[in-house]
Parts: sequence; structure tokens; C-alpha cells
Amino acid sequence: MISTLGRFTMVLALGIALYGAIVSILGVRRRKPALIESGRGAVFAVFGLATFAVLLMEAALVGRDFSIQYVARNASLGTPLLYTVIALWGALEGSILLWIWILALMSLLAVVIEGRRNREAIPYATAVLLSISAFFLFLAAFPANPFAAIFPPPADGRGPNPLLQNHPLMAIHPPCLYAGYVGWSVPYAFAMAALMTGRLGEEWIRTVRRWSIVAWGFLTVGVILGGWWSYEVLGWGGYWAWDPVENASLLPWLTGTAFLHSIMIQERRKMLKVWNLALIITTFALTIFGTFLTRSGILSSVHAFSESTIGPMFLAFIGVILLVSFGLLVYRSDGLKAEGDLDSLVSRETAFLMNNLLLLGFAFAVFLGTLFPLISEAVRGVKVSVGEPFFNKVNVPIGLVLIFLMAIGPLIAWRRASLDSLRRNFSLPLLLAFLGTGVSSILGVRGLYPLLAFSLAMFAAATVIQEFARGVRARRQISGEGYLTALSNLTKRSRRRYGGLIVHLGVVLVVIGITASTVFRLEKEVSLKRGESMHLGRYQVRFDDLTAWQEAHRFVVQGTFTVLNANRQVAEMRPAKRFYPSEQQPIGTVDVRSTPREDLYLILSSFTQDGASATLKVLIRPLVMWIWIGGAVMALGALVAIWPDRRVLVAEPVKERVAWQPGRS
Amino acid sequence: MTRKSKLLMGAIIVAAALSYLIYGGIREAAVYYITPAELHEKGASAADRSFRLGGMVVPGSVHWDPGTLQLTFRLTDGKEQVAVMHTGSPPDLFKEGTGAIVEGKYMSGNLFIASTILAKHSEEYRPPQAGQAQAKDLYRTLMKPPEERR
Repeated sequence: MISTLGRFTMVLALGIALYGAIVSILGVRRRKPALIESGRGAVFAVFGLATFAVLLMEAALVGRDFSIQYVARNASLGTPLLYTVIALWGALEGSILLWIWILALMSLLAVVIEGRRNREAIPYATAVLLSISAFFLFLAAFPANPFAAIFPPPADGRGPNPLLQNHPLMAIHPPCLYAGYVGWSVPYAFAMAALMTGRLGEEWIRTVRRWSIVAWGFLTVGVILGGWWSYEVLGWGGYWAWDPVENASLLPWLTGTAFLHSIMIQERRKMLKVWNLALIITTFALTIFGTFLTRSGILSSVHAFSESTIGPMFLAFIGVILLVSFGLLVYRSDGLKAEGDLDSLVSRETAFLMNNLLLLGFAFAVFLGTLFPLISEAVRGVKVSVGEPFFNKVNVPIGLVLIFLMAIGPLIAWRRASLDSLRRNFSLPLLLAFLGTGVSSILGVRGLYPLLAFSLAMFAAATVIQEFARGVRARRQISGEGYLTALSNLTKRSRRRYGGLIVHLGVVLVVIGITASTVFRLEKEVSLKRGESMHLGRYQVRFDDLTAWQEAHRFVVQGTFTVLNANRQVAEMRPAKRFYPSEQQPIGTVDVRSTPREDLYLILSSFTQDGASATLKVLIRPLVMWIWIGGAVMALGALVAIWPDRRVLVAEPVKERVAWQPGRS
Repeated sequence: MTRKSKLLMGAIIVAAALSYLIYGGIREAAVYYITPAELHEKGASAADRSFRLGGMVVPGSVHWDPGTLQLTFRLTDGKEQVAVMHTGSPPDLFKEGTGAIVEGKYMSGNLFIASTILAKHSEEYRPPQAGQAQAKDLYRTLMKPPEERR
């Protein structure tokens, strides 16, 4: 029953999406409002059907209806409820269903929110969004049908991949990442609408900037949570391995970040029109490419948990997107002449241009490194991979220059920066940066890159804090507000600017966390007998006990270790191994003791059958927690930037009518 | 020179620097995938170079000493075998008779010193095989009455 109903829903939604895309275009071409209205209705209908399909799948999962193949593979009688519910995104077919739902939701929101302001663009954007939906609905209706039946139904299902039911982070990481991917569809759709209508001014930029920040925010959170999940679950003490699937999520983030910055130049100076369109097309294509990499099994990866036949379809879809989008771009190139011009090389424009160039260079290096095995095999016939050393060697220097640009960009004036303003804005941060370098050197930081990373992070943080401090001081002098009121009013006056600065502060925290946890990492692996201890850093770790028990869906062997610091007990840690019946090998479960200063990370590598001795890997990773905190700060900044302004609803946005001008003290 | 051409020059310099960085990175970090047979063919010429060696773990060849943390095993592609040595415990998914990829250096004397072992995680569901000991049987001795568990 569920199988037929689900399949029917998908096919019906596919038909409606195609119908809606066609009538939207027809309606606007032939000036028939009824058809446009019908296209708008299709968006609502697709959302309704997608919601119904997701609920149907959840009903099948929670009701353990093993006659559905997806349920039989990804749920079992013993699987806890949480992991049964989130099994929706545990494998290929369900992920596509979730993708469809998020896309349908975003399309609906776009049509409702932007419908009044963009009468001309909205039918085209609707058509583009529905076409994207149609592609994924086609996948769900035919080659990757989540509702496929299995006969005879098995008595019990296999349950989710153990790695996916080992940590609650699995509940939020994939949806965030998908929202980050799917979110870029909306800016892309409005960019396409601008190309189709020929209204190539700054209107589409103003429409999409908030949507882009939303997509970017979700993508940021998705990427950081992915690192956190990897750190907590995969048990190797790291959070980023330059794995193809991780890289796939980083690529649209990089080009999307470039886009968020370069549209500011177009808004201000009416330059870079072609560039911005190319960037949003690339970003959108990369989100589809990311799904393709994850789902096609073309590159071996720890995450590529499904090999399937839909790879070629994704490639064809990416080909169509690139061909149509860039074809339109070339067709419209006459209307895309820059109206503004560069006034000086020492200006915010130049800083942003450099930032764009480097972000794209970074993305290109990641893209090349990820696909290198395929490229070298195609060109030279040998399989050559470039692993972590390549990415570190190429991307660390680019990243360091980017941090420098991140520090100066927001403070350097538009058009032309005077020497005087440069001195005023950067002398204090520069001094602090040098001071920071000295301090980190005394603390034992060695090597050019780590020292540079810390001093540039200090520099960037100082510029952000100085900017907030000056704004608050200016407000207090004028209005006599308290510190917090002044801070909140300052931020409200120019949300995008201050939201952006908060994001930069988050990036600084992430950079500090990554650098410290890489440079000051300690690790040691030893075999201990019961009662024996080992030392690492300031800790002493004693092996106390090994116990085992049976749980509903797995068998657990857990070690108990006492952690002492200067002979004082600070924690009792219990790393374990879990044996799932459907797996031949155990899944390790690490125990991490996180503090703002450092993480102590225990991995139970192996143990003897009688439990008399165990092999333990102990890792110390300083300041790791600040990476996750930095991610949260970045998300907060994005939230501040998009927070609705009450003024906008009342009147047209007032242009920078502030007592105090950013970048000038 | 106009500002535009100055800017263009700047962009070209940056692009050139990036290309150089990428070129150098590839030269330095390229690791060749190789099979045991290919490694044998190369013989001494492959000595002291980094590779990614892939193959199946020969059943019965795994030896692991918890005291010294020395792990030794042999990898085969069905034609040739290569002895692999690694310091550290075997990863969770590592097992005799299954595929593994090791990264490291080839030494003369048909010995591969692996710095990393990547065990292939198989998605395929295989029901527990007859005669294969289950975890709960293997570690029954470790089970305690619930009240002793903390």
C-alpha cells in the first residue's frame, strides 16, 4: 500500500513540477496571469506532495514496514526510535526524498516572500526551481525510488549503517548540509530569471543576497558539524581529512563565500556583473556536483556509502545546467557592461577582488586535488592520488592570505583609501598582531605558517573588535546610551556589516582552533595491563576495568580508565567497541573529554579476550572546542545579517544614514 | 600604465603564483596507486618511494603484538604478495581476507612500511557465517551482573 501510494505521489509531483515550469514560462511570455498563477499553485502542490511523501516514509520507518526495501535496509526492530526516524537520510533514496522536500520548502518560501516584489522575475524563477525539483523527482520516481517494495518482506531489517547510528549529530548534520546545498537553488533561480528577463541591473542581487546568506549559513553549519561528527565518531582524532565528500561540501562554500563578497561590489559600484552571474552558476553547479560525488561512488571515500547507477544522470544534469546557464550569459553579455570603474588600487574593491581570486584559487586546488586520481588516470593511464600533503601545501598559504584580506577588507574605504585612514585603522591591530606573534613564539609555536596563522588571526580579531568598539563609543558620545544598548543599536543600524564582522570573528576562532590542534597535538598508543598507567602531556591515564554487555541491537565492550592530573582524579573515561550483528567488524566509540583548553581523546584499540590487558590510544588536541564555537559564531553572524529589518517593511531601505561612517573613526 | 592593466597584471601574478603552488604541490604529494604485482615488477627501483598499495589481506598472515604494537601482514593481488609492517593497532574494519589499502614506503627486501592503513568498509550485508564466533560468545567472560556495571 505505502509502496504504491509513495510511488504515485512521486510521479504525480513530477508531473505537476513539469506542468508548473512550462505554464510559468508560457504565462509570462503570452501575458496570461492565470497561467502564472497556475505555476505558483504548482509550487504549493509539489510542497504538499513532498511533505506527504516524507511523512509516508517516516510512517513506514517508524512502523517498521519491512515490505519497503528502504525500510528493510535502513531500519530494524532493535534500532532506537531516534535513529529510525533519521534513517530517512541514512542512504541514497531517502536522502533524495529529503532533498526534494527541502527544495520544495525553499521554493515555496521564495515564491511567497519574493512574489510581491518581483512580479516580472518570479515566473521565471518559479520555472527554474520547479525544473530542479523535477530532476530530483524523476530520480525518486524512477531510478532511486525510495518506496520500492520487497517481496517477501523480511522478518527484521538490517538497520542503519552502524557509523550512522553511533552519534546524535547524525540527526542534524545531513539536514543542515542539504539545506546549505539546496539553498543555493534560490539565488541561482533569480540569477537565471534576471538573464531570461534581461533585467540585468542590481535588482536580482538585492533579491538574492538574503537567500544567499541563508544558504551559506546552513552550508557553514553543515560543514563544521560534519567535521565534528567525523571527530566524535570516526575515531581518528581528526575532523578534516580532505576526503572527496568533505571537499565536495567545501567547494560550493568557497565559491558561495566569493559570491557574497563580490555582490557587494556590484551593489556599490555596478561592476562585476558577468562575474557575479558566473559565480552563482558555478556555486549551484557545485552543489549538484557535491551530491554527485557523494552518491556516485566514483571516488572512494569513507562517506560514499552508496554506489548506484544514478551517477551519469547527475553528470548529464550538471552538463545541462552549465550549458544553458553559460549560454544565456553569453547571449546577454551585451547588457552586462560594467557601469562603474575602479578608482584606486588601494580600495575595498581591490581587496574584494583579491579575496575572490584567492577563494576561487582555493576552490580550484581543492577541485583538482579531489579529482586528481580520475584526471591522471584519464590522461596518463596511471592512478595517482594527491592526499593531505597536497591540500596542506597549496591551501594553507592561500588561506593565510585570505585571513589577511579578511582583516583589511571591511576597514579599507571604498573607491580610494587615504594613507591617513589606513594608519588610523590598522596601526593598533598591527601592533597587537606583532605582540601576539611574540607571545605565541614564547608559548612554543614554531614554524612560519603556525606563527603567521596566529598573528594574522590576532590581527583580524583586533580589527573586528576595534570596529565594534569605535562604533559603540561614537554612539555613546552622541546619545549617551549604555554599552549594551549602544552595541545592539549599532548592529541594528547596519546588520549586514556587523553580521559580517561577527562571521569574521568566527572564522578567526576556527583558524585558531585548527592551528593549535594541529601544531600542539600529542598522541601515544600503548598496551596496558589492569591497574597500569600511561602518561601523556599533563595527564596520567590508568586502565581500571573492562566490561561487556548485550544491548537490544548491539553488544558492547567498554573500558574504564581513570584520568589523573597532578595525582588528582579529573575524570573517568569509557571508550568502547560496539559489535553490531549485521557487521563483521566492531565499531569503535571514542570518549572525549572536552575543555576550552584542550581535548583528551581516548580510543580503545583492542583488548585481550580475558580483559587482562587493553591497547589504548590517547590523543591530546588543544583548543579543538574553539572550532565548533567558531562555527556557532559564524552562524550567529549570518543570522544577524539576515535578521529582518522593520524599516524595510515601512519604507525603502535608507542608505547608510548613520551618524558614524564605517571605516572612518 | 592604467589602473586596469595594473590590476590585470596583479591578477596574472596571483594566478601564476597559484599555479606554481599547485604544480609544486602535485609534484611533491603525488602518491601512486600500485598493486603487489606492479611493485614486484619495479623491484629495487621502487625502493624508498611512497605508494598507496592495495590488495587483499592474506588469511593467516596477520600477526599483531600488543606489547610492541607491531602489526605485520601480507597483501596480495592474487599474483604476488608483499609483506607489510605497521606500528599501531589494526583499524576496526581491518580483517583477514578483506581488502585494505596501505600508505607508506617500500623498502628493499620486499617489505612495505605502512604509515596508514585504510580498511575498506563493505556496505554489503552478510549474515553471520556459520562457525564464526560472535562477539557475545568471544567476550562472555567480560560480562558481569548488571549491578556491578557502572
